[in-house]
Order: sequence, then structure tokens, then C-alpha cells
Amino acid sequence: MQLLLQQVMAGLANGAIYALVALAVVMIYQAIDHLNFAQGEMATFSAYVAWQLIAWGTPYWLAFVAVVILSFIGGVAIERILFKPLHNASILANLVAFIALFSILNSGDGYIWDYTIKTFPTPFGTKPLFGSVLIDAHEAGMIGVTAVMLGLIYLFFRGTRLGLAMRAAAANPESARLVGIRVGWMTALGWGVAAAIGGVAGMLIAPIVFLDPNMMFGVLLYGFAGAVLGGLTSPAGAVLGGFAVGVIENLAGTFIPYFGRDLKLTIALLVIVAVLMVRPAGLFGRSVVSRV
Amino acid sequence: MMLEIAGLEAYYGEQQALFGVGFDLDAGHVRTLLGANGAGKTTVLRALCGMVRTGGDIRFDGKSIKGWAAEDIVRLGVAHVPEGRGTFVRLTVEENLQLGAMIRRDHASIAADIEQIYHHFPRLKERRTQQAGLLSGGEQQMLAVGRGLMLRPRLMLLDEPSFGLAPLVVEELFGILREVNRDTGVAMLIVEQNAALALELAEHAYLLETGRIVMDGPAEAIAADEAVRRAYLGY
Repeated sequence: MQLLLQQVMAGLANGAIYALVALAVVMIYQAIDHLNFAQGEMATFSAYVAWQLIAWGTPYWLAFVAVVILSFIGGVAIERILFKPLHNASILANLVAFIALFSILNSGDGYIWDYTIKTFPTPFGTKPLFGSVLIDAHEAGMIGVTAVMLGLIYLFFRGTRLGLAMRAAAANPESARLVGIRVGWMTALGWGVAAAIGGVAGMLIAPIVFLDPNMMFGVLLYGFAGAVLGGLTSPAGAVLGGFAVGVIENLAGTFIPYFGRDLKLTIALLVIVAVLMVRPAGLFGRSVVSRV
Repeated sequence: MMLEIAGLEAYYGEQQALFGVGFDLDAGHVRTLLGANGAGKTTVLRALCGMVRTGGDIRFDGKSIKGWAAEDIVRLGVAHVPEGRGTFVRLTVEENLQLGAMIRRDHASIAADIEQIYHHFPRLKERRTQQAGLLSGGEQQMLAVGRGLMLRPRLMLLDEPSFGLAPLVVEELFGILREVNRDTGVAMLIVEQNAALALELAEHAYLLETGRIVMDGPAEAIAADEAVRRAYLGY
């Protein structure tokens, strides 16, 4: 029982990161109908920038906030420079752009900061939380920061005019233009928010997986899996999907004997395929219902 | 003159859809564009909103707005209630109305205007928190008109507001359009298949045929013209 709880908690901690990545992926998917394969590399780059700021002596939380803002600006810039011109281009042209962005950022990390694995600080420490063996302080911090992020994002999209405009632009670009929304800029802001969310994920996971140019590769796969499981059309579903994937992965690794630990990604993906066979739009995804 | 159009052409790719359309519309007036399917009625509205490539001249308050982006033309106070209604189906009824007022700066009076829309269309109030895609066709049309009014427009472009609605609902909707025009002085340009209805509301009508205006005149005259009735209005 103790082991089960422990593994569920650890799964939720990893799941928090998958949830953030899944949310970032869904935000861009809803705006431009493409999966951002470079989401993980953008997050890694953000984490490197944070590492550099901290290495220069910036206090952790100051660096954290600075990286969130810089990631936002970077995301907006990537959309304006790289993807806005591809707005009406084919899916293959977009795919090539994503791959280009992926390898530019990946090699850029290595070029600027070299390929040696770096440790990344955690502001929470790694001691058991309140002397409990269930969860350590960094894992609890990951869950806490994620919860705060998700709450802020929810308030932004549900409670502000700009959030409403962004949802409208993603849902129905033509009608959005007819009420005066600048759809192109909403897409750019969506990229900015996604990049900021990814940056937080990168900074939170880096103390666990250590900082290297490929650190987000596996995380992005789990994030995609979470997004697809929850539904690519549902931000809330993607978040829940991310948490679910984290828990399933950890339980599979612990409780399935012999090959569980080696094949936990495979097992997690199998569960997802099974769900999608029953609900192709994902657990919370909706096929749009519309009466005429 | 609020809206002046001269020699208007419109193109879908290489295909030319309008050939030298010209007319004008002053504040407070209601005019209608009539014609068969494919005559170019919707294209005229799309051209006015900057949603197709155009030639010729479009002036608003004397200033040329040809080539302007749709989102800038809205800022002049031009509300377009599009064909197919343009509902944000995944958002709630109230969010759809809020979006109509997206570019307004007087945030404080938006809530009162939403109440005013609910006064016109009580059924929208009952369904304010529902997903707009679940509304009936008539309710979606009311929502589209309501969304347009939320702009506090100076000019409303209405594309087939009666399309797919039951006769009673159509009567109700046109009654409200008449009331709004009288109370707020908003100018309206209405594209309609239901010519009889449009001619009741409008004071002046234009007949469009294969992208050209072939006849125009006061609504009563058009309605009374025997040849026009048989050829274009189908009643």
C-alpha cells in the first residue's frame, strides 16, 4: 500500500511535467492545427537560459520569472519569424519548419553550453517532505508550481477579454476577424504562452533528468501521449491526460514484473492506444456538435 | 455619405465575381441587395469587409477603405452578420455576445448592452451559459444579429438573416431589425432570398444579376414591378 501510494505520488510529480508539455502542445495545435515537434527543444533552451542566469548569480526565483518572460517573447518571435509566413503552406512545409526549429535549438544548446551533462538547482530541496517517505520536496514543488500555473492559465482564458479573444481566434478565425480580433497576433500570443509553459516544465524537470540538449526528448513523447489521451481539442483534457500518463508509467514500471521498468513507455502507450480505440477524440476531446 | 461604392470588382482567384457594382448608403438607411443564387450578393458584402480581392473604389465617410483588412474595417463600426452565421460553436452564448464588443473601449457599458440583447431575444438569455453550437438555427441567427449589435455598429451588413428559419421566427427577427434601425439609426445593407420581406424593411433595393446591378429603385417600385417579380423575386 505504501509502495502504491509512493508510486502514485511520484507519477503525479512526473505527470505534472507531462501535463504542462501536453498543455503547451495543445495550445499551439488549437491555434495552427499542427503539433509542435520542437516544443521539447524550446523548453530545453529555456532551461539552459535559466541555468546560465543562475550560474551568473541570479537568485533562483528571479531567474525563473525572467525565463518565463523571455520564453514568452521567444515563442512570439518564433511564430512571427518562422511560422507566420507558413500560414497557408502545406503540412509538409510546416513539418520541415518544426524539424528545422528542433535541430537549430538542439544544436544551439550544445554549441553555446556544450554537451556535458549539467546539474540544475531546485529551490525546494530533495529532502522528504515533512519527513514523509511518500514524496520529496522537489516532487511536491513540481506539483505545486504546476497547480499554480494551471490556475493562472485558467483564469487568464476564462476571465479576461484577451483570453476570450485568443479562444475565439483559435476556434473560428474567420468569425474572429469579423469582430475585429487580430487573429495572427492571437496565434503569436498562443505561441508565447506555450513557450512560457514549456519553459516552466523544462526548469522543473531539469533537476531530475539533468540538463543536456536531449533532456526533453522522452518528456515530449509522454507529453504528446498525454495530449492525445486527454484529447487534442481539450486543454483541460490534455492536462489530465498528462497526469494520467505519469501515473500509468510509474505503476507499470513498478508493478509489472521482469520487463515493467524497461518497457514502461511502451506499456503507457499501449494503454493510450486502447483508450483511443474506444474514444478516438481522446477522453475529453469533443467532436464539435453543431445544429443547423 | 457614409458608404460609397463605385466600379466594384471582386475576384476569387482568377474568377471575377463582380463587374462594376456601384451604389451608396447613408446613415440610418436600410437598403437591400436582391438576386438569384450566385448573382454575387454575398460577394458584395465580403468585398465591403475586405474578405475577397477587389478592384474599384469603396469609401467610408469619404475615405477609401479598399484593401483594408477585415479587422480594421470592423473598427469603423461595420458589423458583418455572415452567411452561415459565424457562430463560435464551442463558446457560450454570452461569450459570443461579448466577442461582438471585443474592440469597444467603453467596457463599462458592455454588460448593459448584453442585457439589451437579451431584452430583444429572451431565448438567448435562457441559454446564456450554453454552448452556442447547441442552439437551434433560429436562435443562432438571433445570436449572430445580437453579436453584430454588440459592436454598436454604424453599418450592419446582414447576409440572408432569414435563411433556414420558420416564418414566425423570421417575422420576429425582422421586427427587431426594424426596431433597432429606428432606435439607433444604424444603417443596414441586407442580402436576402426572401425578397418580399426585405422589400418591406428596406427603402431602396438593388437587383443583382451575374455580378452586375441590373436595376435599382425604391423598394415599393421594385416590389410592384411585374416583370421584376416574375424574373427575380419568384412570387
